[in-house]
Amino acid sequence: MTAATLSTVQLAPGQAAWRRFRRHRLALAGAIIILVLVLGSAFGPYLLPFDDTYIDIMKRFAPPLSGAHILGTDELGRDVLARLMMGARISLSIGFVAMVIAMAVGIVVGAFAGFYGGVVGAVLMRLVDAVLCFPTIFLLLALAALTEPGFATTTVLIAATAWMWVARVVEAQVRSLREREFAVAALAFGSSNLRIMFRELVPNAIAPIVVAATLNVAKAILLESYLSYLGYGIQPPAASLGNMLNNAQIYLTSAPWLAIAPGVAITLAVTSFNFLGDGLRDALDPRMNIP
Amino acid sequence: MARYVLNRLAQAVMLLVIVSAIGFAILHLAPGGPLSQFAASAQMTQEDLDRVTKQLGLDRPLPIQYLDWFGRMLKGDWGRSYRDGEAVLSVISSHLGATLELMTTATIIAVLLGCWIGISGALRRYSLFDSLATVGAMIALSIPTFWFGLVAIYVFSVKLGWLPAGNRETVGDGSFLDLLHHLIAPAMVLALVETAMWGRFMRSSMLEVINQDYIRTARAKGMPEWRILTVHALRNALLPMITVAGLQFPTLLGGALVAETVFTWPGMGRLFLDSIGYRDYPVVMGILMFSAMMVLIGSLLADILYAVVDPRIRVG
Repeated sequence: MTAATLSTVQLAPGQAAWRRFRRHRLALAGAIIILVLVLGSAFGPYLLPFDDTYIDIMKRFAPPLSGAHILGTDELGRDVLARLMMGARISLSIGFVAMVIAMAVGIVVGAFAGFYGGVVGAVLMRLVDAVLCFPTIFLLLALAALTEPGFATTTVLIAATAWMWVARVVEAQVRSLREREFAVAALAFGSSNLRIMFRELVPNAIAPIVVAATLNVAKAILLESYLSYLGYGIQPPAASLGNMLNNAQIYLTSAPWLAIAPGVAITLAVTSFNFLGDGLRDALDPRMNIP
Repeated sequence: MARYVLNRLAQAVMLLVIVSAIGFAILHLAPGGPLSQFAASAQMTQEDLDRVTKQLGLDRPLPIQYLDWFGRMLKGDWGRSYRDGEAVLSVISSHLGATLELMTTATIIAVLLGCWIGISGALRRYSLFDSLATVGAMIALSIPTFWFGLVAIYVFSVKLGWLPAGNRETVGDGSFLDLLHHLIAPAMVLALVETAMWGRFMRSSMLEVINQDYIRTARAKGMPEWRILTVHALRNALLPMITVAGLQFPTLLGGALVAETVFTWPGMGRLFLDSIGYRDYPVVMGILMFSAMMVLIGSLLADILYAVVDPRIRVG
């Protein structure tokens, strides 16, 4: 795979990419669903008469569509819809922030490894290989066991277990772009190595980076749900899509709706980002073939 | 061939060193470090702590400690559980069987189902079946495994009453049929993601092969279609799946942890979570290292096996 990404399109590359993206209906649907989820979790809580942490012990386990609570109430009488929106807010935020951190680390490591190659590259990439040996959930839980749970910890830990894929993608891109004329020209101009890396090479690898970033959000949301479900992520009373399912198993027989709404929300969000990533991959570079 | 294997082996040893260094670093990040067990006790004075530090050799420079720890790890001395003082390796091995049972069953389901879906999809590209399979695989990869497990419990245990909601056997029964009965749901749940993965890889591998020149040549010779597919296409398309098996291994292990938790399956993943709950760091670190080593050995075996069946790899 050569790294020429946008250069394959002669005229108005943006337009051609947009046309290819539009053809990808599922990616478009994914983008719309993401927009709805983001807006819903950002503004939804202000439209509801219930607070996500307000406990109404008299109204425990109200089923959905019974009275004022559209999605029912949980074991403490809290409104499920309000918790769902606040939970989605936290889960999506973690997804985005963890992605940004993972991208930053992955891009820097990948750029240095790909640009310098040799010993530096070998050492950095072996480090990537080594971290990838640890099954993500195991590493995540072990690190979570050693730290205080919370929003910041959860985000950083998820990023710490997700940057390696980005580093691999960027390393491969930078390594092949380094030999291209524009990079050699920049070197002849006397540009510093850092400038060549981050102003010439990395921007030219933007297509796979954007795709990796999109898929990374999906992965981060999924990991947050695992971590919080298992009790080591976002702690109650704060809601996250994962920790809403934490107690759902106990009440599965009596109150199955507690399990349905958050699970559907997670699946919807993750699927949307995955489809969006797929669509972007086809749109930005038809020749990219990461399965 | 020997050179390739040796080369790959050397790489694996180097990786093992880095992996163990990461494991060692995490161990020392634990609150109170390796001493946390003693520090937690109120009767311990600073003097006692100093003595234990000296006894355990924790006052030596870190690199020396690491070498010592690494050496003991290679000899099979992985420390003792804080909970009951049992050796970490024997705690792990007593839970390994249940995990392997689950993982093997799920893998068999996933390979058969995934390869079938992938091949059928590739042969009828862009058909309704192919589109549904592609979308279905993406959704399967996006569903949180534990939630799918909850749905399975709700449908098959709560509503239909067909399958038990957890555990490996009914207490006092434990016959083969009883074990199988308990295995179905967790294996199915674990197999979902795996099937999606195998299906996707199989489809793209098959697509690549059936567009090759030698397939066209076989067709031009007038060879029957089934023979082209089985003898020429399938054999070549299945080769890269060996690599997929290696790549899939970490996901499979992680998935097993989640499935075990949902279905209270007495395996290594559940042991890991329980140990985290008890702050039993030696067991936590032991399982973390053990799983990383399994992944390392798995990918090493996959690479060597691939080189055995595909001569192009050895030379290239």
